Parts: sequence; C-alpha cells; structure tokens
Amino acid sequence: MYVAVKGGERAIEASWRRLDKARRGDTRIAELSVAQIREQLRLAVARVMTEGSVYDEELAALAIKQAAGDLVEAIFLLRAYRTTLPRFGYTRAIDTEAMQVERRISATFKDVPGGQLLGATYDYTQRLLDFALLAEGHDEGKHDADDMAHGSASGSDEASTQQPAGEPMPRVVALLDKEGLIEQERPSPDGAEPGDLSREPLAFPASRATRLQNLARGDEGFLLAMGYATQRGYAHSHPFAGEIRFGTIAVEMELDELGAAVEIGDLDITECQMINQFAGSGSVPPAFTQGYGLAFGHSERKAMAMALVDRALRAEELGETLASPTQDIEFMLSHSDNVEASGFVQHLKLPHYVDFQSELELVRKLRAQHRALGENASNHDAATGAHPATDREQAA
Amino acid sequence: MNAPDTALSNTAATGTSHDSAAHGYNFAYLDEQTKRMLRRALLKAVAVPGYQVPFASREMPLPFGWGTGGIQVTAAIIGKADTLKVIDQGSDETTNAVNIRRFFARTTGVATTRRTAEATIVQTRHRIPETPLTEKQILVYQVPMPEPLYRLEPRVAECKKLHALADYGLISVKLYEDIVHHGSIATTYDYPVIVNHRYLTSPSPIPKFDNPKMHMNPALQLFGAGRERRIHAIPPYTPVRSLDFDDHPFEVQKWQHACALCGSKESFLDEMIVDDAGTRMFVCSDSDYCHERRGDGDIESPAPLLPTARQGESA
Repeated sequence: MYVAVKGGERAIEASWRRLDKARRGDTRIAELSVAQIREQLRLAVARVMTEGSVYDEELAALAIKQAAGDLVEAIFLLRAYRTTLPRFGYTRAIDTEAMQVERRISATFKDVPGGQLLGATYDYTQRLLDFALLAEGHDEGKHDADDMAHGSASGSDEASTQQPAGEPMPRVVALLDKEGLIEQERPSPDGAEPGDLSREPLAFPASRATRLQNLARGDEGFLLAMGYATQRGYAHSHPFAGEIRFGTIAVEMELDELGAAVEIGDLDITECQMINQFAGSGSVPPAFTQGYGLAFGHSERKAMAMALVDRALRAEELGETLASPTQDIEFMLSHSDNVEASGFVQHLKLPHYVDFQSELELVRKLRAQHRALGENASNHDAATGAHPATDREQAA
Repeated sequence: MNAPDTALSNTAATGTSHDSAAHGYNFAYLDEQTKRMLRRALLKAVAVPGYQVPFASREMPLPFGWGTGGIQVTAAIIGKADTLKVIDQGSDETTNAVNIRRFFARTTGVATTRRTAEATIVQTRHRIPETPLTEKQILVYQVPMPEPLYRLEPRVAECKKLHALADYGLISVKLYEDIVHHGSIATTYDYPVIVNHRYLTSPSPIPKFDNPKMHMNPALQLFGAGRERRIHAIPPYTPVRSLDFDDHPFEVQKWQHACALCGSKESFLDEMIVDDAGTRMFVCSDSDYCHERRGDGDIESPAPLLPTARQGESA
C-alpha cells in the first residue's frame, strides 16, 4: 500500500528513455538529419521560427527533430532557448519594398508594377497524393533551372516578369495612396517608441505595435480560426488581399563604432497587406483601411490570418461597433500564444489531489445537508440510497 | 551571490541526456539582467503586500502552467548557500516537484532537501507545509491565476480598476450567493484573502485549510504567476484575513479520520481509494511532516546530483 506518490523520480527517468526511443522510431530506418528537416520541411521550419520568435533555421529544424514533429512543442523548445539569449541591440526597421521577391501576388489588380510572381505555391496544385514521392530518390536532379521560381500569375499568358535583382518593388497599397484612397502606414516622428513584448509584460489597452508583436508570435491555428470568423460575420470588414509577398530581405544594424549601418544577414519573410472597407465619417472622407501580417519564412496562411485579425482589432480605433470577440483586444491577445495555452491546458495533467480533496469534502457536506433537509421535509423520500460511497469510507 | 557561474557554463556538453548538468546556461538558468528585472518586481511586491506587480515573464524550459512563475521567482532569489525544497500537493515525490527540483539541481548545483526545517527556500504548489516556517525561510508559491476576481471579471484592465478603488463588492456578493445556494461558502481552495487590510489577493490554489498559516507568518511568502506575468508577496508578519461574514465565519476543513500512517489529526489529509470496492484510506498530504512524525528511517536522502553536475560545480 501507499505506492501512489512514491517512485516519481524513477518513473520520470524511465519516461525519458522511452521518449528517446519513441522519437527515434525503428532504427532500421535511417535517422533524419537536421539538415534534411531544414531543407525539406521548410514550411514547418518557417512556422517554428515565426511562433518561436527566433530566426534560426538550424535551431528550428533541431527543435522539430527533438519534438518528433510536434510543431507546438518545437516552438516551445525554441522559445525556452530564446529566453536565455542576451539582447544586444535593435536592427533598423526592414523595408519590404527592398525585398528580393520570390513570390508576389495581388488580388486587387490584374496587373501591377513589378508584375504578379506566382513563385512556388501549393495554391494551384491539384491535391492528389503524388505516389511518385513514395519512391525513394526519384526527385534527384529532376527540376529544371527556372520553371518553378517565377511563373506568370496574371490572366495574361505572357512570360514571367522576373524582378530585376536590386530593384525595389513598390507595394500595391502604396499605389492606392496616390489618390488618397487608403490610409498609409507611415512612421510618425512624434509616435511613441514601440514596446517590446518579449521584455515587457502585455498590458491593456495595447497599442497596435504591441498587438502586431503578439499576433506575429501567435498560434497559426488560433489566428486562422479567428480570421475565418471575421469573414463569416464576426466583425466583418470585407477584406481584399491587397498584396502577399514572400522573399529575402537584408537586415541592417547601426553599429556605434562605425557610425553606419551594416548588413548582418538575410531573412526570408512573408508579408500580407489586406485592404479593408471603411465607411468614413462626417469629417473624414471614405477611404480603405489596412490589416497587416508578417511572418518569418514562407508562411502565407499565417500572414493572411494575422492581417485579418489585426484589422478586426482596430475596430475601436476606427470607431466601429464592438460586437464580436474577434474585436476584443484583451480576449484575442490573451489567448493567441500557443506556448501559454498549451501549457495551461496540459497542466491539468498535474496532480490536483489537494484541491479535489477539498471539493470532495465540501460536496459530501453539502449532500449531507441536502439529505437532512429532505428527511425533515418528507420522511418517505429519504431512503433513496444515493450515498453508497460515503458509507464505505474507512480509515485503513 | 548570483554572479554568473562560469564553471557551469564552460564545461563541455555531455551528450543529449535529459538530466545532465545544464551546460552553457547561467547559474539558475536565467541571465542576470532577467534576475534583476525579477528582483525589482519582487521588491515592489514586498513593498505593497498583496498587490499584483506585472513582470516580463520569460519562457522557461518547463511549460507555462507547470510552475514557471515559481521557478522564475526561485531562480531570482536562490544563491549557492541555499537549500531548496520543492513540493507539489504537499509531497516532494510528485512528478512535477521531482522535475522542478532536478531543474534547479542541474542549473545551480545547490543542496536540495525533503525536510521542511532544513530548507531555506521552499517552492510549493497547492500547499503550505504543516511544519511552521521561520524567519530564515522563504516560501515560493506557484500561481496559476493571481487575480482573485477573474471568475467574476475576466478583463484584466477592469480588475485593475477594482483593485485601485478597493472595490471588492463583487466577491462579497459571490460569497453571499454561495450561502444562499448552498447554505455555506462553497469555495474550498484558492480562498480569497485580504492582505495587510488592503488588497484582495489570491493565495494560489492552496486548500482553505492552509489559509490561517499565511497570517502573521514569520517567513517571506512570494507568489509567481508565470503565464499571467504577475508577482505578489506577503512579507513576514503581515496580517492576512480570509473573507467571511459575521454570521458565517471562515472555517477550515476537518476530517473524521486521522492519518493512517502517522496518526495525525491536525494535518491536511489526502484520500486514496485502495481497492475495487472503493475502500478509502486517509494519509497526510505533507509527506515530510508525516515522515517526521513517524520518526522512521524511511525517508530517502534527496536524489544525489549526477557526477557531471558535481564536476561542473567544482571545476
């Protein structure tokens, strides 16, 4: 007897061994390398980097391997590592117009300066399982030089319009600006310095900069569901995909010693600008509004969902009626993080003997009182025999 | 006392074991800047007893909801001379307590103990030890939800206002409604308290049985909520009152049984079902208290540090 709370230590050790074994799987199958994950599971790597809040493809791939492909667990591993990293400064804000674009589409104009670049996308694949992939090594050296990178996406059948290297590609929403049709996102010199969510606790009311930081780290599934809800009438604001672009951008940092900015590396990022309706008011002429999404790597679903949610959360600032949870800043930001959510949901696995014992004691007491009341009220109703458990209690 | 531990961080990593000393990490895992941030929040919390101080909670290598707040508080205050005890549900042996104790053994190399009296820091989840604490001890609570009003008002911004105005009518109405519905207050754990005659405070989900131990306790009591990013504190010898009404005074749980192992009639008892017929057995939830009372040699010494950790510590 009394084995329930003993042996926890040995059980944990045994659990670790089993976990290692389960992660490795059948040892007759070759071990998966981190480099393979990085190269061949690039979309998983992108998600882990985005929500893990660290741009490091190798560490993200390692986390995916260690987590046996559980991306939320991998995100958690990367975040826990991130905590220990010192912060040595801030880079310059990136300018996505300077992006070396791999893919860029707009749903608002048939053609735009710089063209529509389809790039690598699952969008127009017919979702038929490709059984050829079952065969090992079939795809070596199969692809041709250019075919996948840049195809024409517009209605015309013209050849692809590849972006000349080094040429900035203007954003679609900036084109609308010439007519004053859309609000513009410009840094205002007197604007407050954005906070840093990884260094300051989330507080409410939250500025848009803080909200975007939260959403960028937010769970893709949560944002997808909430963004979807906005399309179904929960805070509808009629979105158009103004522009989605994916490509590589240089990161620059000012170095005090040099007095100049130097490039410290490249990022692959996905950016989405949604164009949404706005009725205007007596003092402001009607103009389109924006929702914004940004993610590391190739993460279009995430960036688009983020843009929808960002727009919904601007309801208060734009004077819209708050009628839906998707517009409730505190509700959305407090529940978007999957590291927090996963931890708290799963903490229910931890022992709660003491709380439960307290509740047991209370429920028994209340039931006894209830029974006593019933007996007093109507004696014939007392013998229900509904309390066998309490009768069997004994101190062993 | 918390200078970066170069000895730990410079030793070569030894494979991918889940339990080797944590090489490449600072003493107690967190970097010194983060500890400083935490200590500032702690000082503020001690200065304003019962007030929830927001802090920039970090992701820890254990999941949110599993004690990250308590772990961060412990990491911020622990020094090499400390002796750490970790309990969950009153027991040193529950899996999460074992895990957190190992975490600090790996990242600090400090001595760990199962004896309440030997510990300088006791990190706890859901209990206050039965053995009275002293002025030399710090009790660190793991807190899932620091806001005592959250079931009544989920909006954090709104709760802040209520605390600022000391407007605690909501909770009194809730307790009153309990009495109307059930004939008594139906809160059995996480029972709200007023700290230092001012702030309504969550004691964390300890059973209300433990609430009286918070009142005028000689030990410093620190509460860390990692996921909710708030810290609060009860300094030594601070009055803590459990909410009640004149005609429905606060009372604690009582058992008709004594502990089946040590015979205590004063301690909080866990109920166990020991056979298919549903036979119950009641045993002290505080495992150290129970061992001490039995005075048997059964108590095992804490898990020894692994050799790798020892080397790292002494190098």
